[in-house]
Amino acid sequence: MKPSLILGLALSALFLLAALLSYLWTPYAIDTMAIADRLKPPSMAHPFGTDHFGRDMLSMIMVGARTSIAVALVAVGIGMGLGVPLGLAAAARKGSLLDEVIMRGNDLVFAFPSLVIAILITAIFGPGAVNAIIAIGIFNIPVFARLTRGAALSLWQREFIMAARVSGKSAARISAEHILPNIANLLIVQGTIQFSLGILAEAGLSYVGLGAQPPIPSWGRMLADAQTMVALAPHVALVPGLTIVAMVLGLNLLGDGLRDWLDPRLRVLRT
Amino acid sequence: MLRYFFKRLTSLIVSLAIASLVIFLVVEVAPGDPASYMLGINAQPDTVAALRAELGLDVPKWQRFLAWAGGMVTGDFGTSYTYRTSVSQMVADRLWVSLPLALYALTLSTLIAFPAGIYAAARRGKAGDLAVMGATQLGVAIPNFWFAMMLVLVFAINLRWFNAGGFPGWEGGLLPGLKALTLPAIALALPQAAILARVMRSSLLDILGEDFMRTARAKGLSYRQALWKHGVRNALIPVLTIIGLQFSFLLAGAIIIEQVFYLPGLGRLIFQSIGQRDLIVVESVVMLLVFAVIVVNFLVDLAYAIVDPRLRARA
Amino acid sequence: MTVFSDPKYPGEREGQSPSHRSDRANDPKPLLDIQNLSVAIHGKPILKGISLTIGMGEIVAITGESGSGKSMTALATIGLLPHGSDASGCLSCNQDDLLTLTEPQLCKLRGNEIGMVFQEPMTALNPVQSIGDQVAETILIHTNTPRAEAFKRAAEVLTRVGLPQDRFPLSRYPHELSGGQRQRVVIAMAIALRPKLLIADEPTTALDVTTQAQILDLLQKLVREDGMGLMMITHDLAVVSDMADRIVVMRHGEIVEQGPTRALFANMQHPYTRALFEASRHQAALEDKPGGSALLEVRSACRDYRTPRKTLFGPQGSFRAVDDVSFTINKGERVGLVGESGCGKSTLTRAILGLEPLQSGAILLDGQPVFTHGNTNLDVRRKMQVVFQDPYGSFNPRHKVERLITEPFHLLPDPPIGTKRREAVAEALTAVGLHPDDAGKYIHAFSGGQRQRIAIARALIIRPELIVFDEAVSALDVRVRAQILDLMADLSRDYGLTYLFISHDLSVVRSITDKVMVMESGRIIEQGPTASVFDNPSEWYTKSLLEAAPTLPPATGGGDHAADPTL
Repeated sequence: MKPSLILGLALSALFLLAALLSYLWTPYAIDTMAIADRLKPPSMAHPFGTDHFGRDMLSMIMVGARTSIAVALVAVGIGMGLGVPLGLAAAARKGSLLDEVIMRGNDLVFAFPSLVIAILITAIFGPGAVNAIIAIGIFNIPVFARLTRGAALSLWQREFIMAARVSGKSAARISAEHILPNIANLLIVQGTIQFSLGILAEAGLSYVGLGAQPPIPSWGRMLADAQTMVALAPHVALVPGLTIVAMVLGLNLLGDGLRDWLDPRLRVLRT
Repeated sequence: MLRYFFKRLTSLIVSLAIASLVIFLVVEVAPGDPASYMLGINAQPDTVAALRAELGLDVPKWQRFLAWAGGMVTGDFGTSYTYRTSVSQMVADRLWVSLPLALYALTLSTLIAFPAGIYAAARRGKAGDLAVMGATQLGVAIPNFWFAMMLVLVFAINLRWFNAGGFPGWEGGLLPGLKALTLPAIALALPQAAILARVMRSSLLDILGEDFMRTARAKGLSYRQALWKHGVRNALIPVLTIIGLQFSFLLAGAIIIEQVFYLPGLGRLIFQSIGQRDLIVVESVVMLLVFAVIVVNFLVDLAYAIVDPRLRARA
Repeated sequence: MTVFSDPKYPGEREGQSPSHRSDRANDPKPLLDIQNLSVAIHGKPILKGISLTIGMGEIVAITGESGSGKSMTALATIGLLPHGSDASGCLSCNQDDLLTLTEPQLCKLRGNEIGMVFQEPMTALNPVQSIGDQVAETILIHTNTPRAEAFKRAAEVLTRVGLPQDRFPLSRYPHELSGGQRQRVVIAMAIALRPKLLIADEPTTALDVTTQAQILDLLQKLVREDGMGLMMITHDLAVVSDMADRIVVMRHGEIVEQGPTRALFANMQHPYTRALFEASRHQAALEDKPGGSALLEVRSACRDYRTPRKTLFGPQGSFRAVDDVSFTINKGERVGLVGESGCGKSTLTRAILGLEPLQSGAILLDGQPVFTHGNTNLDVRRKMQVVFQDPYGSFNPRHKVERLITEPFHLLPDPPIGTKRREAVAEALTAVGLHPDDAGKYIHAFSGGQRQRIAIARALIIRPELIVFDEAVSALDVRVRAQILDLMADLSRDYGLTYLFISHDLSVVRSITDKVMVMESGRIIEQGPTASVFDNPSEWYTKSLLEAAPTLPPATGGGDHAADPTL
């Protein structure tokens, strides 16, 4: 394994563990305010400092990780759950009306600037984590559908698929038995990347006040709160920002590393 | 070539028609009646009805859709519910901020990404490549609005080279306007440049494995000559796709960046209108953004045909 | 330094370019002199101390099976070995020791002194540049020729390789040319500056047989006119047998034998050379079988493909890939279907297999239609199996052999389970010459030839009546091919199988079939017993195919195959 893959794995695992740990324990309770301790820079007592209400930022980051991870993960789940079957169906019936409708639908979703529509959805149906998930998830569907269709189409040309067809297997069965396992690597890698994009999108929506609502902490809203205080206490902006960077970086390194590691062509080259 | 153009044009028009319908439907199912919202909770039912009639909200939805969509074609976006002024005028004012910002950012992003990507590909596996790739890995991970805050902290608050926000307008000349847009454009461009540089590099590396690159080397071209003369143009095909997609990211990203820098662009207009249930403005701005994205993708398709002679022949 | 002369006068070059070429006219030193060349890639030895020479105007063929190191010899000569290669020994061309030259010096040499032509013309040209640009580039990077002049010369060179300007202007793009025409462009790029040495790495392997003959003629003509040395890499002995002055036979990175062509064929010293030669002209021992009742009937089959609209709202065009094809294959017959690429044989095969519907006509197997109401008929399909060309692409890499070869059980109403299933697997593997224990292995553990055996086992396992071989031996080395052909002949005898054998390779079809059909432009233009069609073709097209097909000289020293009375 390359060092970058290990770093990515470590960073991703760190945030996942922090989020899980926050259910059991945080250094401080995040709903207790201590105005006397507001905007304290990082110290032994508060490794990440305190915010404008005197809350411990490390505790906030830990609890905020739950929101980010949950939103991004479910959004990836929506994208994969709907996009992959659509892509498989389109590839199995290439050139049919079904394929045409799926692909044109994809193009249409791609034509919408994703964040604008996410803003529109959360704005119209009310801000909150669930609507943020839906908004981000919708844009994951065409990503997975297109990827799946493209990869599946090239597999359908392969002779082992022809052999399966000559064995009388149905398109659905071939898709499940031969196509899906052979594109699983690709989907895992893309899933990791969409996961990291979901974290960024959630942060953006929370920043403009359309993500998870108070009192649920979220990294994006911590940044929004920090904006007016950044000159006074830079750490209130640095801490959540660097957290997001570290999490996204970790996921991207993980995705890239997995791609190299899972790609049999590259593995042959390495040995 | 002409056939290709018309084929793309047809699909552009169809996309626009479907997009307008989708936007209208999404906005129309939104809870909250603009008329009652504008008049407040204590308004009499007949006053609300009168306002509804005045705003044209009492006619069937499909008629309103046709009126709205028909107006769009002629450039008439209707009248704002809240301000009772022409939506076209409101949008046009804001467009003069958002569009230059997006183009500025796109230019910056391309100018940074192309050399970086080509440089990294030419030095695959060497220190230069690793440095560029490390930087892009970081660039991809940075949320642009946070990056914007950091830029403000360093260049506006500490160094005082730029203002922290606001926009002087273009009346004062080109330079003050561009200066006000510089930090926002950098904030938007750098993360996108990171993506673009990675695509440029990997697409070039794919091309390097092609048979025709070996042919070029057998002709006597050096590695670098082959990369420039035969690699870059072929690698442009996937890169163009990404540039097209990025325009949509830049427009959307601009909405958040405008919040950071208090810029009077489409992003602030859209937030304001959503807050005031000024649905017709919301519809129009979103439609305009979608229109921009679809047109840019149309232009990208045309650019493909210029780069790739196979497309000119096909279609 | 390069001088251009009218291509019509082959001897002129020496006179016009007194620099060093005329010196060498009296110089016994060969143009290319490889002494004890060894190449290792990442420490793994690829070439082990090979020595060979090529003189001016000499055609030297390097032949051998895949992995013999013949292509590496070519790449080493032009200095384009892959990264991580380490070459030692002496490789001198025209008095330069290529192994000691710097990369910029090598760049000056490539395309100028040494030209190279590759195997795959479809991808060897830059798709976004016109052919004029690409040919002129060779001239522009090596000489100070003005652009207009370079393009004029490019036009001359293209005309010289058989692409005259009135039909193939410089502004053409590669996608507008056929494979053979593209290969001509690649050759034009390689010879634009009249290099002293031309390297051709399997230049005709990807081409149809008639195109192959034209390209070989062209290469020969150019070598004779310019007095170049030609290093010709090929896996096919027949291709070079009447063209090469000398032949070098390689195996596992070593030269096993080399010598003048005629002498080498007349007196093969090394057993490997003999084995290659025998395998190349191998004739599978087919038993005469009485033709049974009709098994496969194709009646007026037509298959159209839609083509893009010519105008925006114009009618959709269509292309008839299979045009009113009718034939019958009787039980026990082994029938060949030959034709060049694009003739419709693949489409016809897919229709027979029930993978693609017909527009009109019918395909019946044992009297029942393969297609009923747009659905394939499973009762019919279980009587028919297929073996594809690519031994590497025809298996799901994630499954073990047992699962791979039992896939056709899906066609049976009650597939065997438990012991019976294992027995069936063991029997099928044994029948194709593998071991029953191989069932537990993954496909990557097997060589190309073994994989084709597994593919045959998969076809055999449900005891079909008809097996379709779709270019099933085209990707195999000659010796493996001969073994697989023998296996096919044995199985046909033991199991009473009927074969439909689709191939572009006439010699293969001749060796394994007793009836043959020739396809051209979607139609079957000639059919009959293999021997009579091959020996006495009635159609002009069949005749031209046969004439173009390269043949080996008759075996000497009592080659019994040549006298085979069944041919």
